[in-house]
Amino acid sequence: MKSSTTNSDPTRRTLLFAGFCGAVALRVSPARALSDDEARFLIDAVVDDIHRVINSGMPIQAALKEFEKVFVNYADVQAIARSALGPPARTASPRQLRAFTDAFSGYISRKYGKRFREFKGGVIEVTDARKRSRVHEVRAIARLKGREPLAMSFVVSDRSGKTLFIDILIEGISLLKSERVEIGALLDRQGGDVDRLVAALNGSG
Amino acid sequence: MRFKYLQLAISAVAALAVSACTVPTEEGAVHDPYESLNRVSHTFNKGADRVLIRPLSQAYGATVPNPVRRSLSNVAAHLDEPKSMANHVLQGDAESAAHSFFRFLINSTVGVAGLFDPAAGGLGLDRRQTGFGDTLAAWGGREGAYLELPFAGPSTERDFVGLIVDVATNPISHISSDVAILNTASTIPAALNVRYEFSDTVDSVLHDSADSYAQLRLSYIQSRKFRLNQQDPDDVGHDHFEDLYDEIYEELYDEF
Repeated sequence: MKSSTTNSDPTRRTLLFAGFCGAVALRVSPARALSDDEARFLIDAVVDDIHRVINSGMPIQAALKEFEKVFVNYADVQAIARSALGPPARTASPRQLRAFTDAFSGYISRKYGKRFREFKGGVIEVTDARKRSRVHEVRAIARLKGREPLAMSFVVSDRSGKTLFIDILIEGISLLKSERVEIGALLDRQGGDVDRLVAALNGSG
Repeated sequence: MRFKYLQLAISAVAALAVSACTVPTEEGAVHDPYESLNRVSHTFNKGADRVLIRPLSQAYGATVPNPVRRSLSNVAAHLDEPKSMANHVLQGDAESAAHSFFRFLINSTVGVAGLFDPAAGGLGLDRRQTGFGDTLAAWGGREGAYLELPFAGPSTERDFVGLIVDVATNPISHISSDVAILNTASTIPAALNVRYEFSDTVDSVLHDSADSYAQLRLSYIQSRKFRLNQQDPDDVGHDHFEDLYDEIYEELYDEF
């Protein structure tokens, strides 16, 4: 729904806008804003790698290792892991955080790598990219054999200093949100002990 | 004919009245005041899936060939079409109503009473399923509290009212009692087929997560929001895009 506004003359708006841009530029300099094309370029590369792995016919263990590489190369693993851990991330020691991040990246790759096998013979087609709030959303359609197409979205940000993805949504369901709930529940199960959580994650399928 | 509209109008008023009772929720948080009760029904549903639905769906998938399963699912979808059409009308979406109408027309004839779906295959008229829960949302009814219903699974107060109205007023069931029975019966193989085709996904949520109740609740709420927003062409279907992604970086880089 578009509402038409009749406020303020153009000059004042332009000045305000220029001032705002200037302020933003000063704060985040020297980095410039991520463009839709750059976000899309990253996800094109991710999708190419996923296709390569799922259609290579390599044994599952090797494929899962490859998925971990894709995840580590293209995702902001630190930010995702930290967010998944939630408030305990603030009190965990740097050593615990590092151990958790490593365990988490292996766990994620195994869990979702197995699921990506369902994509075998299918294609993920990147459709468009657009800025939404402070992140970019790159949309794609996963066309799997004999199934209704699935809507996918990759959330891309460059706030880490590099252009990386921080979430994948399938039919609106966020991997990041799911993992926040899952890791929270696993941590509860370990009595809130991050070291035990790390051990449990390392031992998980 | 008159009676049907009257019935629909009464249901609609009742539904609005009920969904008006709901408490507004905090942005992003799931409103779940019945959690303890919901968890009881979740335990029941999980048990029912493990001993009954999952094994049945596996047997169905293993014995019945894919084209036959697809056709049976098509029939269920086809019988659901008039309900979608009626709700598109109620939502004031004439284009989707016409879309549903032509789907029903084509699939009833060329599609051999709904066994095939040439409307989607050849003509690109993909299914646009909707129901009274969506209509309530379109009319501004609030989502209300989260509910997990025995057998029917995850829902909300709004969607539960929608479900009741859908079952009570489904236009197809007024044709004859045979069609009404066929309509109900057709949902069973269709549901088993979904359970079979998305076996890994469902297993992962229901049987492999640390807190399957919370995981199912989260998936349902997000997927409902996604589908409702998708109907708005100006939106791409995700709510609250900013909050979580901002939080991540605010914690990592304090200077922001």
